[in-house]
This record gives sequence, C-alpha cells and structure tokens, in this order.
Amino acid sequence: MATISIAEPPRPAPARPRLNYLTEKTGLMSWLFTTDHKRIGLLYVLSITFFFFFGGFFALLMRLHLLLPQGWLFGHETYNKLFSMHGIMMVWFFLIPSIPNTLGNFVLPMMIGAKDLAFPKLNLLSWYIFMLGGLTTLYALVRGGVDTGWTFYTPFSTSYSTTFVIAAAVGILIAGFSSILTGLNFIATVHRMRAPGLTWYRLPIFIWSTYATSLILVLATPVLAITLAMIAIERVFQVGIFDPALGGDPVLFQHMFWFYSHPAVYIMVLPAMAVVSEIIPTFSRKPIFGYKAVAFSSMAIAIIGFLVWGHHMFVAGESAYAAMTFSLLSYMVAIPSAIKVFNWTATMYKGSVQLDTPMLYAIGFVALFTIGGMTGLFLAALGIDVHVTDTYFVIAHFHYIMVGGTVMAFLGGVHYWWPKISGKMYPEFLAKLSALTVFLGFNLTFFPQFILGYMGMPRRYAAYPPEFQVLNVLSTAGASILGVGYVVPLIYLIWAWKYGERAPDNPWRTTGLEWKTPSPPPKHNFDVTPIVTWNAYDFEAQKEELQLG
Amino acid sequence: MMPTCLALLLQGSVTREYNVFFWVMVALCGAVGTGIAAFLVYCAWHYRRRSPNELPPQISMNIPAEVTWIAVPALIFISMFAYGLKMYFDLERPPDNSEDVYVVARQWMWKTQHLGGQREIDTLHVPVGRAIRLNMISQDVIHSFFIPAFRIKQDVLPGRYTSIWFKAVVPGTYHLFCAEYCGTEHSQMIGWIYAMNPKDYQIWLQQGAAEGSLASTGEKLFHQFGCSNCHHFSGHGRGPNLRGLYMRPVQITTGQTVVADETYIRESILQSRAKIVQGFQPIMPTFQGQLSEEQVAALIAYLKAIGPAPGEEMPSGPGEEMGDYGGIRPDLSEPVAPATKPGAR
Amino acid sequence: MADPSVLALREQFRNPEQQRETSTVGMWIFLVTEVMLFGGLFTAFSVYRMSHPAGFDQGSADMEFWLGAINTAVLICSSFTMAMAVHSSETGKKSRLAVFLLLTILIGLVFLVIKFTEYYLHYHDQKLPGILFHDTSPDAAYVQMFFVFYFLMTGLHAFHMIVGEGVLCAMLIRTWLGSFSERYHTPIELAGLYWHFVDTVWVFLFAIFYIPGAHLK
Repeated sequence: MATISIAEPPRPAPARPRLNYLTEKTGLMSWLFTTDHKRIGLLYVLSITFFFFFGGFFALLMRLHLLLPQGWLFGHETYNKLFSMHGIMMVWFFLIPSIPNTLGNFVLPMMIGAKDLAFPKLNLLSWYIFMLGGLTTLYALVRGGVDTGWTFYTPFSTSYSTTFVIAAAVGILIAGFSSILTGLNFIATVHRMRAPGLTWYRLPIFIWSTYATSLILVLATPVLAITLAMIAIERVFQVGIFDPALGGDPVLFQHMFWFYSHPAVYIMVLPAMAVVSEIIPTFSRKPIFGYKAVAFSSMAIAIIGFLVWGHHMFVAGESAYAAMTFSLLSYMVAIPSAIKVFNWTATMYKGSVQLDTPMLYAIGFVALFTIGGMTGLFLAALGIDVHVTDTYFVIAHFHYIMVGGTVMAFLGGVHYWWPKISGKMYPEFLAKLSALTVFLGFNLTFFPQFILGYMGMPRRYAAYPPEFQVLNVLSTAGASILGVGYVVPLIYLIWAWKYGERAPDNPWRTTGLEWKTPSPPPKHNFDVTPIVTWNAYDFEAQKEELQLG
Repeated sequence: MMPTCLALLLQGSVTREYNVFFWVMVALCGAVGTGIAAFLVYCAWHYRRRSPNELPPQISMNIPAEVTWIAVPALIFISMFAYGLKMYFDLERPPDNSEDVYVVARQWMWKTQHLGGQREIDTLHVPVGRAIRLNMISQDVIHSFFIPAFRIKQDVLPGRYTSIWFKAVVPGTYHLFCAEYCGTEHSQMIGWIYAMNPKDYQIWLQQGAAEGSLASTGEKLFHQFGCSNCHHFSGHGRGPNLRGLYMRPVQITTGQTVVADETYIRESILQSRAKIVQGFQPIMPTFQGQLSEEQVAALIAYLKAIGPAPGEEMPSGPGEEMGDYGGIRPDLSEPVAPATKPGAR
Repeated sequence: MADPSVLALREQFRNPEQQRETSTVGMWIFLVTEVMLFGGLFTAFSVYRMSHPAGFDQGSADMEFWLGAINTAVLICSSFTMAMAVHSSETGKKSRLAVFLLLTILIGLVFLVIKFTEYYLHYHDQKLPGILFHDTSPDAAYVQMFFVFYFLMTGLHAFHMIVGEGVLCAMLIRTWLGSFSERYHTPIELAGLYWHFVDTVWVFLFAIFYIPGAHLK
C-alpha cells in the first residue's frame, strides 16, 4: 500500500485545489497543442519510455543469444542489427533526451520562479521534431534495421552496408534538431527568466548542470547533424567523402563523429548529476557540500569534454602526439567528476539521512558512477587502452555510467518529483525493492563484462570462444533481473498516477522553489512571481516554514 | 591452448608490464572505490534521521578538503597518464631487429605474408624471442588486429598502412581477433597466433614458400609491370632512383617534404600523380586496379630489401639534397658515383 | 491602435523588455549553433585542402570567379538594405521599413538566381559530383572532392538564404499589417541578425572556393 516516508509527522491531506496543469484543460488536442512545459515534459516521458523499453528489449534479446558461445537465437546479420538499433535507440532516443526533456522541462522553470520556458512553442516543436526523428528511425527499423553500430564507421556504413543507413542517419539528424532547440530554450531561460533576486550563485545545482548540458547540446549537436548528413550524401550520390577508394579519409569521419559523441556522453551524465545534486541535499537535510566547486565542475566538465574526443581513437590511426594530448586531457576531465563525487559524499556527512527511494537511487548513482568513472581512468591510459579498447571492458565502462549512472538518476528523479508532477505518492516499499533489484541486477549484468574485456572478448561479437561463456551467462542472468527491476516501477507508477495516495505540496520538506507550489502545480506555476533572497539548499533560512529544528 | 586469464603469465614481451600496471590500478581504484562506498554506507547508517524534524549542522564548505581532493587525484592521474604514455611510446617504436610481416585484412579474413614468401590465412606463425613488426592494410573496411595475450591491438585501415609490433615470449597458441566491427561475419574474423621455438619455427618456414621470398616476388613484379623501365638503379631514368628509398625524406613538387614510408610507396604506385618528386615529370602511370594489396606489399618488401648495404654510404656529390636519390640529378646529367650492387638488408 | 509591444507580449514574460532581451539571446544562441553547423564542413574542407592542395586549387580554378564576386557584392548590398530596414523600424518609419524589406528580398533573389545559374554551368561542365562528374586533370579525385564540398556548403547556404527570404516575406506581411512600431520591432532586429549571419557565411565561402584558384586561370 502507498505510504509516505515513516519519519514524517502526520499532515492533513491538502484540499484538492482549483485547477492544476493536468485538469485545466482536457482532451487529446489540449495535449497535442499544449505549450505548457509541464505537459510537454510528460509527452517526452511517454516517448522516451517507449524507446527505453524498445531498446531494452533488444538488449535482452542480445543477452539471451549470448548465452551460448556460438549463439542460438539469431543469425549474425540480425544480431548485428540488434546491437546497432539498441545503441541508436538508447543513445539518441532515450539517454540524450531523458532527464533534460522530461525532468528538466518540468522542473527548470519552476526552480527559477518562472511561468514557463523562454520559448514555449519552440518547446512543443522540439517534441514534434523528436517524434519525427523517432518515427524515421523506426521506419529504418521496420524496413530491416541498420547493422553499422550506433557509430556508423566508414567506409562500412557508406560503401558496404546494405541496410537502411540513410533512413537511420536522417532520423537521428532530425532528432538532433530537437536537442538543439531544447538546449537553446534552456540557456535563454536560465539567462533571462530567473525570478528577481535569484542570482547565479543562488541557483540550485540542477540549474548549473542543466545549463552546462545545454551548452553542449547547442554546440556539439550541429556537428553530428553535418556528419550524418555527409554519410547520407555519400550513400545517395556515391561520392567519396570518407571512402579511401575515392580519395576520402575514413578516420576523418571518426574525428567528426566523436567530436560530437564524446560531449554527448556528458549530455547524458550531467543531467544525472543535476538530479543527484538535488536529491542528496534533500535527504541529508544539508546544503550541497562545496556549492561553488560543484557548480564550476559542471561547467568544467562541459568545456573540457569538448577536448577529449580522440580518446576513442587511440588505436584508430591517429598520431602518437594526438593520442598523448587526448590522454592528458581525458585525465583532466576526470578531475571535476571526482570533485563532485567527493562533494556529494561530504554532503551526507553529519547530515540527517533518510533512505527514501530517491536517495537510494542517488547513493546507487554515486557508487556506480564512481566505478564507471574509475574504469575511465584505465581507458585514458594509452598503454592500457590498447588492450581493452573495442572489448567488453569499454562496454562495461559506459554502461556503468549510462545505466548505473544516468538511468538510476533518472529513476531517482522520477520518484523524487513524482509527487509534484502527479500529485500522488508512489508505493514506497515496492519502490525501494525495485531500486535494490535494479542495483543488484545491474552489477551482475555488467561487472562480469569488465573481466570479459580484460580477457580479450571483443565487442559486437555475435559468437565467441567457449572460455568466455561462464561470464556471459552471469551477465545474462543479471540482465533478466535488471529487466524486472525496470518493469515493476513502470507498473506501480502507472497505478499510482490514478490510485496513489494524495501528495502534500512538499512531501520531502525540502528547499527549492518548485516545492513552494501545489502538487500538482497550476498551469502558470506561480500566482505571484517569488522574490528570492536566500541561497539554494538554505534549510536554516527556511526552517520555520519547513518546521525543522 | 593458453588461457588468457588473470594470472601474471608473460605470453608476450609487454604482457607482464601491462598486467602489473593494470592490477596496480585495480588495487588503487578498488581501494578508493571501497573507501567511498564504505563512507557512503557509514554516513547512511550513522547519520540516519532520528527524529522527523531534526535539522543537522549545516556544514557545507571546507576549503582544505576541497584542495586535497583536487590535488591528490590530479597527482595520481598524472602518474597514470605518464606510465600509460611510456607503454604506448614503446609500442610505437619497434626494436631495430624486428622482422617484417605484411598483413592484408579483408571481410572476413586475415592474410599474412612472411618475408620468406610464406602465406597464411587467419594464422600467423612466429618465433619466440623475435620482435615482429606488422605492416597492415585493409582491402575494404576498417578492421583491427588484436592479440589479447600480447596486449596489442591496432586498427587496420583501407588506403594506408598501420603498424604494430609484438614479441612472443612463451611458446603457445594465442587468439587473434578482429576488434573493429566490420560487417556480418566480424565475429568470425578470428584466428590463431602460433608462437614457436626458433627450431620449430625454422622447420615450419621450410614447408612454406613455393614462390620464393616476398622481396623476390616483388622483384619479379618490378620487372613484370615495367617499373624498371623508368626507375633505374644505376643511371639516369625518367623516374627517381628507388635504392634506399624506404624512410627517406622526399621533397615533392609542392615544396613539402614527406617521409617515404609504406603508405607513401603504396600511394606512389596506386595514385602516381598524387605526389611527384621535385624535378620529375608526372608521367608515371597509375597501377590502381592492376595490383592486389599482396602484390603491393611484395613490391614494398623488395624496395626495402634493396636499400644501401649496411655500412655502405650513399654516394655523395653535387646536388645531394634530400630526395635526389644518391646523387643522380634529375636533369639527367652525369651520375656522380658508380652504382653499387644491391646490398643485403 | 493598441500598442504592438503590449499586443505581442507573451504570457511567460513579465514585461516587454524581458521578452525582447530573451528573444535576442535566443537568436544569438541559434546563430552560434549555425556556426557549429557550417564549422563542421569548413573543418572537413580544410583537412582535405591541406592534404591535397593541387586538386583543390584546380577545382577552384574551375569556378566562375566573377559570378562569385558579383554575388558577394550583391549580398553585401542586401545586408545594407537590411540594416536600413532595421533602422527604419527603430525609428518607426513603417513605409520605409516595408521598402527596405522588399529591396532586401529582391536583392536576395538576385543572389539566388546567380547561384543557381552557376550550378547549372557546373552541371554543364560535368563538375557535378557522382556519376555525372568528369575531369581530366591529374588530381581528378580531389577536384571532385572540392566540388562535393562546394555543392554541400553553398547548397546549405542557399537553403539558409531561401529560409531567410521566407522570414523576410513574413516580416513584410507583418509590417503591412501594422505589427511593428518603434516600441516593438524585435522580429525585425532578429531577422536582421540572421540575414547578416548568412551574409557573413557567404564571405567565407567566397574566400575558400573562389579566391584560391583565381590566379590559375
């Protein structure tokens, strides 16, 4: 049954207020033509949930196939298409939009005391463009999929693959414009729509990290668009931009691709860090430790993240001097991430810690992101990377960050802001159980893959030598558990939307402007624009209001 | 079959150094990770909320702590970088006495050619204790040559040569994998490295080469395709003298200076107009489509083999600048030194 | 007549000033993304130009230098008329605003006509990359590469011009409908920013495609 967290004093259920953003207008058209950032956030929730389970389903199929060394479920061509579509859907249609377009859209204007984003219609257009890109990619899937990997390396993707590369590339290109418009919207909003008194150094870290993410979105994504366009043009007109047979340089493609795709991984992780930076102070009842260090680290990650793309190409044929530079810079980008981990941990120190579900996900994030990040240190070392690059070691590394990191943070954020978004509470016990299932399932799935990579199992293999089987079986077992851990929240959250216990305005009794609105909020968030005179996470200043101390 | 597992076996010359570095990092990162995890658990337990309205002390800043946890990781990272760099540079520079092997990759097989002319498919026999330098090129898409036991990997590209070296230390049979996704049968583009005792290797070599050494194949091609008509070793020719070409700096007509490595030689054969040596005319026909990658490799092996004999200096004389090929001035005036016999390399 | 700035005020903004500032920030960010978009192509072009200067010079020599030069002058004129349009809007001179917008549109059309004429000439000379390409110079593969970038980059630019023409037409219509005044003319300013950006991109395109080979004719 639904329960509010145990340490809460009983509070009277708030009277159902006047219309909120969900009830002020109903009907399909009011959703399809909405300009309300909160509704658009929910539209995105529907889209990315669909792509998450679709991409996840493909992952499950792959893991089942890999139970046997020579495979059994699929032919090699089909397997290759599965990992390609898994990567494409997960990267561009789940991870990149997940936190920014769902939680970011919903919460960002509220956190800064604004009525909406700077450009609400552009926000809706972003969603439509995203859906158009998604449908185009699904078209490629339905026509047979692509087998190039999500990385589209040339000349295979331009001159050898017989699959629907153009449709997939165009679909991603279109979705990229959705990213760009979102980033543009967020940057303009943070610059110009903050409530009076809300200076930069009073902003929650969520805003700093989302702002840093938006910088990457607007600067990096256009390069991806042009790179994919060149692939498509090469295929259509049979000119050799990246094909050595026609004078092109396949390694140039890699430079251009990774120039976007490395910052892209920071698009995926910075919003997760943003969420965690809100959850941990709330459930420790203290401000984030080292506020300025954490804020500047977000910016440093975004900036330095543009300078390290060549670490994906240490054995690809780049010069030793380029490799050396990229290796050094890759270590430098690890420093702000380490700063954040230490500061999150220090936030809990001498705090008042409550292990509600969002906090479980946040702590899980810190642990798993740390492991993933540390394995990044291995990959940044040139001599080590030579052996483990292009193996399961890399797969384990990035899944620790993207799944152990971003997905956990996303789930944590969903649970954290669920009461605000839906006006209901989720079932706490079941949620905690799911979080634990996800954590255990995840580690069982991906930790064996570090070992597999070290032992030499290459990635993207539809069949493998028998000595790798035991670890593969363990990984598949973990994947099934992980799958359950994801499906259960889907079910209880849908249930809770309708039948969950009514949520108070501020169930976690935390600071933050978004919690000063009703749950769910009215369409325009604030009846009166707040005037901010306090710092972020200032429990001391708000202790009267929150009945603390 | 040797298992490539977690023990400190020294299958290849870098395996031990690699493993030590790797496991030291595992220990270090493991300690830090465990520490952080333990601290998280400790805080979650020791500082658990004891009453609903509790407000803990609002400490949120400690400059010495921040400085420490920036400086200490930075120093550790620099050391990791430095050692990784050292290992990498070692991999970039094959020892002087390394033996060349040519590798041609294609979907979905590895074709290896020894200098003695022995050819293999999906296998490579090597003697232990000898550094082997692989010169690799692809006929189609990007592949990657990966021997886990020796801790080496290098992408194999179409259109230019890439290179990696290794030295087997322990005799045995080791996996060879393609490590860059290359299409449907990428997972089947695998094979074996047979590292043999020198005696066994000599025996194996005897059974090989029907057509003679790679360089002699190259020599036959050099004449068969008419290269010798223009590229004279002993006198003026319409083309540059190719003796001692390998790894020479060459000045081309744009004024740039390039080094005549394998990729340059291959480009000069297949796209002969791309770079013209200073002082020569662009009259060389292109052999694109007429020569396979294996034949190009044979020609390169031949050109490498006819370098100056050890200890023999290149003839000097007026106009002996970079790229004039041993004193032969491109305006076809008198050669300044008598031709030397093709020396053994 | 109601104050256009009040009419135009969107509900998420507190006052017209905030709306104007925010919209301007938005347009500048958009232009930065455009720099990155073209930047990717400029970078790839530079890489190939540095590795194969002969082929690229030959390709540049095949360009019609004077058509490019005229087009550059044409676009600069259009930027001038656009600037005059913005100035007219700032001083509330609505009929002048309309005239300058119209002039900008027409001059922009001249550019596009010349551009597409050049494309036709290239097609005629068999310089269209792909199966229709034919070239006998020694470095033909890189002459073709030059033309791949030429068509890609000038094509992308022409696309931006066409969109710009559409935007200016919309501005013209809104001017006739009386949407603007000296108190509210932000869309004109933003359209001006966009137009100047497109003009600047062309100057760089002219520099990399037309100028290098001009001396080889």
